[in-house]
Amino acid sequence: MKEALFHLQWIDKAIMAIYFLFVLGIGWVLKKYMKDANAFLEAGRSMPAWVAGLAFISTNLGALEVMGMTGSGAKYGMLTTHFYWIGAIPAMVFLAIFMMPFYYGSKARSVPEYLKLRFDEKTRGLNAILFAVMTVLASGISMYALALLMEKVLGWDFNVSLWLSAAIVLAYTYLGGLSSAIYNEVLQFFIIVIGLMPIVFLGLHEVGGWSGLKESLAPIVAEKGFAGDTFTTTWKYTGTAAGNPMGVEWYGILFGLGFVLSFGYWCTNFLIVQRAMAAESTTAARNTPLIGAIPKMLIPFLIIVPGIVALVLMNKTGSGFTIMENGKANYDLTIIKLLEYYLPTGVLGLGITALLASFMSGMAGNVSAFNTVWTYDIYQSYIRPATNDKQADAKHYLKVGRLATVFGVLVSIAAAYLAGLFGNIMDFLQTIFSMINAPLFAVIFLGMFWKRTTGHGAFIGLLGGFFVALLHHGLTVPAGATTLVKGGWISVAHTYPVEMAQNFWTAIFACAAAAIITVVISLGTKQQKTDDELRGLVYSLTPKIQEDHVVWYKRTNTLAIFVLVMMVILSILFW
Amino acid sequence: MLDIRIPIGLLFTVLGVLVTAYGIITNSDTELYTKSFQYNVNLWSGLVMLVFGVVMLLTVKKKKT
Repeated sequence: MKEALFHLQWIDKAIMAIYFLFVLGIGWVLKKYMKDANAFLEAGRSMPAWVAGLAFISTNLGALEVMGMTGSGAKYGMLTTHFYWIGAIPAMVFLAIFMMPFYYGSKARSVPEYLKLRFDEKTRGLNAILFAVMTVLASGISMYALALLMEKVLGWDFNVSLWLSAAIVLAYTYLGGLSSAIYNEVLQFFIIVIGLMPIVFLGLHEVGGWSGLKESLAPIVAEKGFAGDTFTTTWKYTGTAAGNPMGVEWYGILFGLGFVLSFGYWCTNFLIVQRAMAAESTTAARNTPLIGAIPKMLIPFLIIVPGIVALVLMNKTGSGFTIMENGKANYDLTIIKLLEYYLPTGVLGLGITALLASFMSGMAGNVSAFNTVWTYDIYQSYIRPATNDKQADAKHYLKVGRLATVFGVLVSIAAAYLAGLFGNIMDFLQTIFSMINAPLFAVIFLGMFWKRTTGHGAFIGLLGGFFVALLHHGLTVPAGATTLVKGGWISVAHTYPVEMAQNFWTAIFACAAAAIITVVISLGTKQQKTDDELRGLVYSLTPKIQEDHVVWYKRTNTLAIFVLVMMVILSILFW
Repeated sequence: MLDIRIPIGLLFTVLGVLVTAYGIITNSDTELYTKSFQYNVNLWSGLVMLVFGVVMLLTVKKKKT
């Protein structure tokens, strides 16, 4: 057995055991409600807005995100909050106000199905297959990371960790379907907040609060060649790419992250949108992203601020804090090292449980999105279409959904071993994901707001956008790239200072290309759908939503204004 | 459908009691709390969880009556 980083005591193990007992228990209790495919795959559209809302951001708050963002806190400081404020909130507000009525109101059961209703079969097929493949791969990679972490941190065998965590995820998603996944995401949200809170307090205590943090950072940041307050501000040094560690100018952040990447992710990724589609009413579905937006804006204080504290600790003589591994800084270790540094037995178990929980709920989220797309958009569309017997169908597709869950987990396990063989697969997947998502947003956006958009236009737009993204990636590299996975595999026409800048611009080009191609092809092809068929799918043909019967503070518009004002205030406070 | 506040409330009440109790038992263990600058973080985290769990359970009861 390898030397473990943590030596857990009985109390830590008890906390972990109790948590996972509850996780499985929820699946067990929900099992009796899973009578048909609709209950299993769509949670019967019965979730209250706050439950869906917390699940909505919790799906995104996977362990890889927590580890990555704490690391980014140490690398880029408060600039990382761009991923939480400008890079998330406007997109979530847009989804709530403008897009959710069509996703939810159209009665589509998935994003691919919306594409089928709005455009045609081939557009749906393309999206469904890509989504299904990418989702199980993503879930496999997060399993791999989890097993690796358990090996390193707890000293558990890699294979045992992998199969054990897969078994837990399988058990509760097989039993309770999407409801079970959503409930556990909410549970995970609270355990993460409570588990990481002590680090925030102890960290800020050690460096002397926010002002102490600023003071101790100044010399460290100056040594890196930036102005002393670069790591505690967000927009101040984005006038030039060279002035901030992210290496991106303000317009790159605004358009690349704030517009293309975030709209592509939050508004079209079925994994995320599925949570809002499970809400109990149109109002609840529209409020889901907005309720999620409130904790989303505050998460930086939970995971980025400790990352910045870690940077101070690394440079403090005698602290003994390091993220060095085999002579290289491994920023993904930041959060683990902070847990080790600050937490005594007891709360340590809580912190580790929080991390493990977020890994597993990330996998469960992927698996529950996969089985829906597989069952409705692939199996029901191409293998066994619905019959006249609705009741028998509901039972049949429930069975298929359950089998798809087992299948999804097994493929994920295979993908996890694959990830172990190819170290770069994670980078590779993320790159491909952004290449698929950015064009998808352009196409769905045009489809929702321009009734002239045709199926051919959408299909060719998706492919064209992806192709342009590939081309851009093949022609550019981030500075210091050593592998072709990072780009430049055609030839090197341009070098970006950092990888993030390259990602932003890939997405911007892909989205713009998809939009232009879709418009041009749409104008050149005939609209196959009648206005009647497009009612409820396109903005101009759908009656406007009236909110008069809803109490003012539960109205989507009220919440949206509140969320936007809160974002502006936070941005000004940390300008 | 199962009200989600029941499992959340139960989980955090149980964890709260456990961690609070551990915090009380270890209150004088200065070595254990060196890392956390002698703050008894177990006691505090435990109490937070306990209060949160109980509040969750109380809101469920209110709705039923």
